[in-house]
Amino acid sequence: MELSFQTVMSQVMLGLNNGVFYAILSLGLAVIFGLLNIVNFVHGALYMLGAYVALLGYTMLGPLLGKPDFHLNYWAALIVAPLVVGLLGVGVERTMLRRLRKFDHLYGLLLTFGLALIIQGVFTNYFNVSGDAYEAKPEALNGAVNLGFMMFPKYRLWVIAISLLVCFATWFVIERTKLGSYLRAGTENPELVKAFGVNVPLMITLTYGYGVALAAFAGVLAAPIYSVSPVMGSEMIITVFAVVVIGGMGSIMGSIVTGLLLGMVEGFTKVVYAPASSTVIFLIMVIVLLVKPAGLFGRES
Amino acid sequence: MKTSFTRATLLLAALVGTSGMAAAPTEKISDGVVKIGVLTDMSGPYSTLGGKGTQVAVEMAVKDFGGTVLGKPIRVIGADHQNKADIASAKAGEWFDNEKVDMITGLLNSGCALAVQKVAGDKHRITMNTGAASTDLTNKASTPYSIHYVYDTYALGKVTGQAVVQTGGKSWFFITADYAFGQSLEGNTTKFVTALGGKVVGSVRHPLATADFSSYLLQAQSSGAQIIGLANAGTDTTNAIKQAREFGIGQKGQKLVGLLIFDTDIKSLGLNVAQGMQFTSGFYWDRDDASRAFAKKFFAIHKAMPTMDQAGAYSATMNYLKAIKAVGTDDPDAVMAKLKAMDISDFFAVHGKIRVDGRMVHDMYLMEVKKPSESKGEWDLLRIVKTVPGDEAFMPLSESTSPLVKK
Repeated sequence: MELSFQTVMSQVMLGLNNGVFYAILSLGLAVIFGLLNIVNFVHGALYMLGAYVALLGYTMLGPLLGKPDFHLNYWAALIVAPLVVGLLGVGVERTMLRRLRKFDHLYGLLLTFGLALIIQGVFTNYFNVSGDAYEAKPEALNGAVNLGFMMFPKYRLWVIAISLLVCFATWFVIERTKLGSYLRAGTENPELVKAFGVNVPLMITLTYGYGVALAAFAGVLAAPIYSVSPVMGSEMIITVFAVVVIGGMGSIMGSIVTGLLLGMVEGFTKVVYAPASSTVIFLIMVIVLLVKPAGLFGRES
Repeated sequence: MKTSFTRATLLLAALVGTSGMAAAPTEKISDGVVKIGVLTDMSGPYSTLGGKGTQVAVEMAVKDFGGTVLGKPIRVIGADHQNKADIASAKAGEWFDNEKVDMITGLLNSGCALAVQKVAGDKHRITMNTGAASTDLTNKASTPYSIHYVYDTYALGKVTGQAVVQTGGKSWFFITADYAFGQSLEGNTTKFVTALGGKVVGSVRHPLATADFSSYLLQAQSSGAQIIGLANAGTDTTNAIKQAREFGIGQKGQKLVGLLIFDTDIKSLGLNVAQGMQFTSGFYWDRDDASRAFAKKFFAIHKAMPTMDQAGAYSATMNYLKAIKAVGTDDPDAVMAKLKAMDISDFFAVHGKIRVDGRMVHDMYLMEVKKPSESKGEWDLLRIVKTVPGDEAFMPLSESTSPLVKK
């Protein structure tokens, strides 16, 4: 296949589309790891859960409430799903993760991995493994835009735009505001920050809630593109962990930039040698780990 | 030594029993019940075109047959193989060993079908495959107990491939499901395309049950081929066609050709999207009075018109039961001999014939999707462009690699 500008650009554009999902998911992981020191393996399952809140809100909520004509629409789902999953995250942090704070983070990893398996198992039991289509894509986002080198569906452009906005807003809050400085200080020296009258445990709980809400948000964004299936999270999470490792555990900007870049690298690989596209990220991970073990944006400790 | 004496007489009796076919078997119906297993994709990408509907069709056939054969009850059981060959073969083994299943039908997904057909052959039980497509099923993998009932990748590739090349579609790019079925369909279609002077400029493989086809479609687009051949099925095909429209592919110069399409896919795409598409089918519900009568009954239960897989499962079951009745036993060897000698004529096939390799040879149809303005009802989707006689559509025995074909 010839490397025409058009071919490369269209695959890279699609790669960017995948990349924003990597970015938003690895951002959530980075926030949680950076501030709570927890490797949140349940992230993929919560991404899936977000998509299911949107799907079931559209198809089943109305009949369940006795109003068969009621459908939770897409825009509402974008708010409701992160809230529902965020609250669930708050519950998990308060009842389970909190107890593991003083132990090695291997325990947190095992707990969240177990939770992921349970959630995925329950959903596999009740729902179609191959996925159900989410039909509630808003009318306004139907159709395609001519980018010159390709026709690109409006919905995917929207996904790219809103994801970038959410990612950079999160970065800004954590790295550039007073609230963010409390968060960062709270992880460095919780006792000292407490002495200033800041409620550190609450801050940590809310941070975890926000991190997993990001996963649910990505799940809703993904629903109209991919079909909603119980395994959509486990397929995604492996790649996303590779992204986090490449970017450097806990680095906020690192996770965003790496997510976007690796999405595009994957897209570009599809032009050059398509079968390698599913492994190229892991190849890069191996190289980065050999050369710079803390990741591209990580600090050696 | 009383026991060895009994054993010797039994052995002698067995020898006499098998040497003379006329000698009545001690038990006409093994285990006192004829059990039919529907093992297919009940939840995945192929579940709409097969799935529960296939089981409905088999249950209808049993009911229409009268519910009993030779005075013994007929039972139907179903299971989901989840498109995993290991689950399929384990289930089949369990059914044959513990559940006393006599015949398995359905078997969508060539990977699963090949695995089950192997198990069944080893255990001398019959498979009447209505769902899977790979030609391997009647070639190197064929057994004396396997029947391939509805269609295969040779017929699909030949009828559709030739029709497309003859109307000017000379250069092809394949988007192929990456397992036994897709590879077989791509391979067979390639043969007919190149034989008529067409060429294949490239192909890309995707995993079964892919949600996002965008990057494959863009590869197909940039290949510059006139025809993008979809060597996949079920939701893989419908997803690819829907997404092609999103990206504006298949509208200017390039054309998408689905190599395996079912009525239910057209229903899901809608006539607006699908109009004008041509593909090959082994059955269409609106072909004649007999097929319409069956379709009406099926629709009353399943709320959808029967696909070729579902209609085929009814016909296969009915003829299986007829064969049991005719030979007076459910002994697999006797039933297979009868099935291969029978003329199969019903609402599904016209003078169909099951060959020595297990291939059921019957007419195939080149179909075209109607324009929305031509459709008179919800399921008035297709018209038959051409009826291709079975002997032309299917692989001739001279090309067969089946161990059952003597050369």
